[in-house]
Parts: sequence; C-alpha cells; structure tokens
Amino acid sequence: MKFVKYGSIILITFILIAGIAIPLSPTPHSWLQFPVIPGLEEKARNILFHVPIAWTTVVAFLVGTYYGFRYLKTKDIEYDIKSVSSAGLGFLFCFLATITGALWAKFSWGSFWNWDPRETSIFILLLIYGAYFALRSALDTDEKRATLSAVYSIIAGITVPFFIFVMPRILSGLHPGAKGDPDGAGPVVQLKMSPNMLVIFLLGLLGFTLLYVWLLNIRVRLAKLEYKRSIDQS
Amino acid sequence: MTLALNGVTKEFNRRSIFRDVSFSLGSGESLAITGRNGSGKSTLVKIVCGLLSPTRGTIEYVHDGKMIEGEDVRNHIGLVSPYLQLYDEFSGMENLELLSAIRSDRTLEDGRIDEVLNDVGLWERRKDLLRTYSSGMKQRLKYAFAVVHRPDILILDEPTSNLDKDGIEMVTRRVREQQKSAILIVATNDADEATWCSKKVELGTHR
Amino acid sequence: MSAFTSTFALVRKDVHSELRTRYALNALIMFVVTAVATILFALRSDQPTSSVLSGLYWVVVFFTAMSGLSRTFVSEEERGTTMTLQLVASPSTVYFAKLIFNTALTFSMTIAVTILYMAVFSNAFVIKTLSIFIGTVVLGSLGFASASTIIAAIVAKANTRGTLYPVLSFPILIVLLMTVMGATTKALDGEDLSTALGDFQILVGYFLAMTGGSYLLFDYVWKD
Ligand SMILES: Nc1ncnc2c1ncn2[C@@H]1O[C@H](COP(=O)(O)OP(=O)(O)OP(=O)(O)O)[C@@H](O)[C@H]1O
Ligand SMILES: [Mg+2]
Repeated sequence: MKFVKYGSIILITFILIAGIAIPLSPTPHSWLQFPVIPGLEEKARNILFHVPIAWTTVVAFLVGTYYGFRYLKTKDIEYDIKSVSSAGLGFLFCFLATITGALWAKFSWGSFWNWDPRETSIFILLLIYGAYFALRSALDTDEKRATLSAVYSIIAGITVPFFIFVMPRILSGLHPGAKGDPDGAGPVVQLKMSPNMLVIFLLGLLGFTLLYVWLLNIRVRLAKLEYKRSIDQS
Repeated sequence: MTLALNGVTKEFNRRSIFRDVSFSLGSGESLAITGRNGSGKSTLVKIVCGLLSPTRGTIEYVHDGKMIEGEDVRNHIGLVSPYLQLYDEFSGMENLELLSAIRSDRTLEDGRIDEVLNDVGLWERRKDLLRTYSSGMKQRLKYAFAVVHRPDILILDEPTSNLDKDGIEMVTRRVREQQKSAILIVATNDADEATWCSKKVELGTHR
Repeated sequence: MSAFTSTFALVRKDVHSELRTRYALNALIMFVVTAVATILFALRSDQPTSSVLSGLYWVVVFFTAMSGLSRTFVSEEERGTTMTLQLVASPSTVYFAKLIFNTALTFSMTIAVTILYMAVFSNAFVIKTLSIFIGTVVLGSLGFASASTIIAAIVAKANTRGTLYPVLSFPILIVLLMTVMGATTKALDGEDLSTALGDFQILVGYFLAMTGGSYLLFDYVWKD
C-alpha cells in the first residue's frame, strides 16, 4: 500500500505540474513542448485530468459490481463493505468527471451540457449510483441491503455494453473520435497526441487509478472498523 | 423421512438470534420449540422450511435413504404460521385449488381438497371469499393448506391461535395423525401444546 | 413439464386475482388516460413532429408502467403471501410467471396507448411503416417487461416502494427507451424496414441479456 500511496501522490503532483506548465508550440521539437491541437489549444490540457477521472469512474463501477458478485457467491459481508466503498468512490469520481467535462464542454462546444453520447453515459452512471444508494437506504437488514444492492449493480452492469452500441447510433457525438466530431475539434487520443503528451496522459491514468486504490483501501479499513464497533456495541 | 439440523445459527443485523441449534428427527418423532417472545422460534421454523437461510450450519432432509436437495424440499413440508397468508380475493376452495395447481409436482387424488375442507370444518363456507372469513376460519384454512399434499414434515407455529374448542380438537386430531408416521414440529409458548411432542428445544437460554 | 404447468397455474392465479381486485389494471388505465389528456392539453393545436410524438408515446408507456408493473410483487409482499408462494413454487417458476404476466400487461398498455394516440392525433400519429412499428412495440414491450419485473422484485423488499420504483428503473430502461423512441420515429417517418434492423438487434439483445441476468439473480432477490 505504501507504494500505491506515494505512487499516486507523486504521479498526480507530477501531471498537475507538467499538464499545466509545459508550454504549447505549433511546431513542437523538444520534450518540454506540447503540440497545438487545432480547436482545443490550451484547453487540451484538461484531457490529462478529465479522461483519467472518467476512466477511474468506470473502474470503480466495475470493481464495485465485481465485489457485489463475490458477496452473492460467498455471503461474506466483507465483500459488501468493499463493494459499497468502491461505489462511493465511483460516485465521487463520476461527479468530478461530470464537472470537469461540463467545464471543458462550455469552453470547447459552447455550453455546459450537450447530450453527446459520452456525456449521456456519464449522466446515466450518476443516476445508477444515485439509485444504488437510494436502494441501500431503503433496506433495513444488512443481509438484504448487501444482497439486493449487489443484484441491482449487476443488473445495471448488464446494460452498460448497450450504451457502447446504442449511444453512438442515436446521438451524434462531439467527443474526439465520434462520428459528429467536426474536423479538428479534438484529437483522437492515439493519433494526434504527441509522444510526450501521451506519456503524461498514461501516467495520469496510472496515477488516478492508484489514487482510487489507495482511497478504496482507506475506506474499506474505516468501514470495517465501524462495522466491528457496531458489533461490539450490540 | 429424517430431518437433521447441525449447528444452525441465525443472525439479523450482526445480532445472533440463536446459536448452534442441532437436532435430528425421524418419522414418527415430534419436536416442540419453546422460548420467550422474540427468542427466534418463528425464525427457526422458517429456516427448517427453507424460507430463510441460516447464517451458519446445515439442514439435511433424507427421504427413503436419499438426500432431498433445494427445491424439492418444499413438497415435503406443510406449514401453519401466523406469517403465512392466503389470498383474500379467492374463496377457501379456490385458494386450495390454485395453490395445489401451482405446486404441480404432487398431483392430488380426486376429492382430496373436499376431504380436507370437511376435516377442518369449512365445507359449508368453502365458496365464500377469504376476505369474509373470521380469523379462526382463516387459521383453519391454513391447516387445510398445510396438509392437503400429505407432507412428511408438518410444522405448526402458534398452532391454536384464534381457534375455538372445536378447532383445538381438530388440531390435536391432526397432531396425533401426523405423529403416527411423519415428523411434527410445534413452535409454541404454551406448556400444554409443548407436551404433545416427544422432544424439546428451548431457545433463548444462552443469554 | 411440471415447471410449465406450475408457471401457467401461477399466471392463471395472477390473472384471476387481477380481474377480481384490479390492483394494477385500474392504475394503468387511469394513468394512460390522464397522461394522454395532459399531453393533448399541452400541445393543443400544435403539429408535433414525429420525434416529439414518438418520445411522448414512450414517456406515457414508461410512467404508466411505473405506476402499475410493480404490483405483481408488491401486492404479494404487502399481503404476506410471499411465503405462501415460496412454499408452493420454485423461484424460477415465480420469475417466469411474473414475467409473463407483466409482459401481457405491457402489451395491453402499448395497444391502449397506440389506439388512443391514433384517435387523438389522427393527423400527426400516422404509422407509415407498420412492420417497424409492430417490431418496435413487441420487442420493446418484452425488454420493458423484463427489466420492470426484476426491479419490481427488488423494490418489493424495500420500504419506500412507490418512489423507489421509477428511480431504480429509469437508469436501467434508458437504453431501451432511446432505442424504441428512435425506431418509432422511423416508423412514423415512413422509413424502410431495413433502417430499423439494427434497432431490433439491440432490442432482442437487451431482452435476452436482461431476462437471462434476472433469471440467474432472482433466487437472491426472492428468498430472504
Ligand atoms: N426480518 C427480520 N429482520 C430483523 N430482525 C428480525 C427479523 N425477523 C425476526 N427478527 C428478530 O428475530 C428475533 C426472533 O423473532 P421470532 O419472530 O423468530 O421470535 P419468536 O420466538 O417467534 O417470538 P414470538 O413468541 O413472539 O412468536 C426477534 O428479536 C426479531 O426482532
Ligand atoms: Mg413467532
């Protein structure tokens, strides 16, 4: 865990500094320059924060669902603690992804919210998390709460692959790489990012994932202590 | 038919209701479950019926030397319990017919439903909706529902609640008949009812 | 075979019970009528476009379903007959019986909404490609019923059922809603059947995935 903790601190500090400080240049020729991406310019820096956060949201959802599944198989309450801790973090990251995304959208596309496929998906993910916690608060025994919320997150998980197929068919996209993306308004990550940007981007993914693992570990430990205390009290 | 519980423990919300309950019953044997209010009698009954899973421990049902697993268990069980409700919008007769049809694994011989309705003394009122029954009549119908498929294990939770003298006599007759060849479990607070049975488990003594 | 007879016996029980108590039916009918009337007042003499109309069509179906489809499980739970059912039927029997019953309710609901729409918006709601419309409504209702059934089973165990049902259902159903709205628009615009085949694939996939998942998970929901 020490590695995870310091790793995430160092990586995120690094990409914060690098992402903000490295200057843009129309013709980058050193490692300390980012290319100018037409249509994004300085706004491109957000890709280093927004995308890793959105990625972590999805990781947290999948991990939460996985632990829910484990709970159903084993009936070991520890898995429920892990599942709900991950969902809580997912909710937080989902919220952050929505905010960073909305700000970026305001400056790139002109309004905070455009119902582009990925915006819609993150919105639905927010709704799923909201529903998940609403369900948990409406159930009164631990066993029922753990079981039914695990079932719900799996059912919600079943619909996720459909987002990937349905959204792009129905809504025209603005995100980089989508069909409706007006030429040049954004980089397709692999194609237009310069190598140094790509390295920082990947380090960002790693950094935020480590941050998630670290926070999850803290939350799980805390939740277990609270659980133990409530057993001792009764 | 034999029924065996090994080290059954049940917890609700991290609080254990009872711990390490073990017993074993063969055909012709009967068991009384006693204990104060809230000691977990009804909870244990639900576990024996397979309606609730125990937190720890196992339950085994053996019929003709073969273990009965999962879903087949319920065909061997009859239950009378205050938690068990029948359908208000149907008559007594319809309730038995519909529920027997849903439990299609065991087909009833002709006239079996009429027979049990007669036995519990509801023959005259068989076509009235359950909504119009008194609480004692509903309790009688629960007996009809519990025995209509000739279960190998009959479980009675609070067996005589709401019953009149006639009804109690009907119950003792049922109890004696069940004891001849099958398993009987009675969960009760009443010392008299507990004496019907040959074995006894008292809950709520470990605290 | 006995699983089939059990399932149909349970469906028969639910139908009889519904005809006597009108638990779900009255709510559904009243909801459809009120919702369509409200839309009519709001639109007055406006000529709504086909995408607005198909959106409103499924909005009515969604909220109507939310008012009635949870009854199948909630009424058992409220009356304390859940245990009785558990004693006579296996979880899969209960699941499929409730799914069949809810599918029948959803079908009757979409038929009612369709007839009302054709009567009320006789100029704008003209189904130009019948094959797309029928395919969408049939496949859409199947997926709809499937998702609503498992959510109803979950909600029946909670203590704030009324408000929780739409909250839990909407995120699950939204993919389906977007697809059927798009396909219905195509039917109203008179597009060729081939343009909707992709939508049909999604609807079939959704129904199969949802039903399969629910079937595997139902035991955990149904048994305490
Ligand atoms: N679903 C539940 N959730 C939480 N606690 C429960 C639940 N069901 C039962 N309990 C608790 O379990 C304990 C045992 O309940 P149970 O109904 O088995 O008691 P009992 O022995 O049948 O009592 P009585 O003599 O009143 O019938 C009680 O303290 C009750 O509060
Ligand atoms: Mg009791």
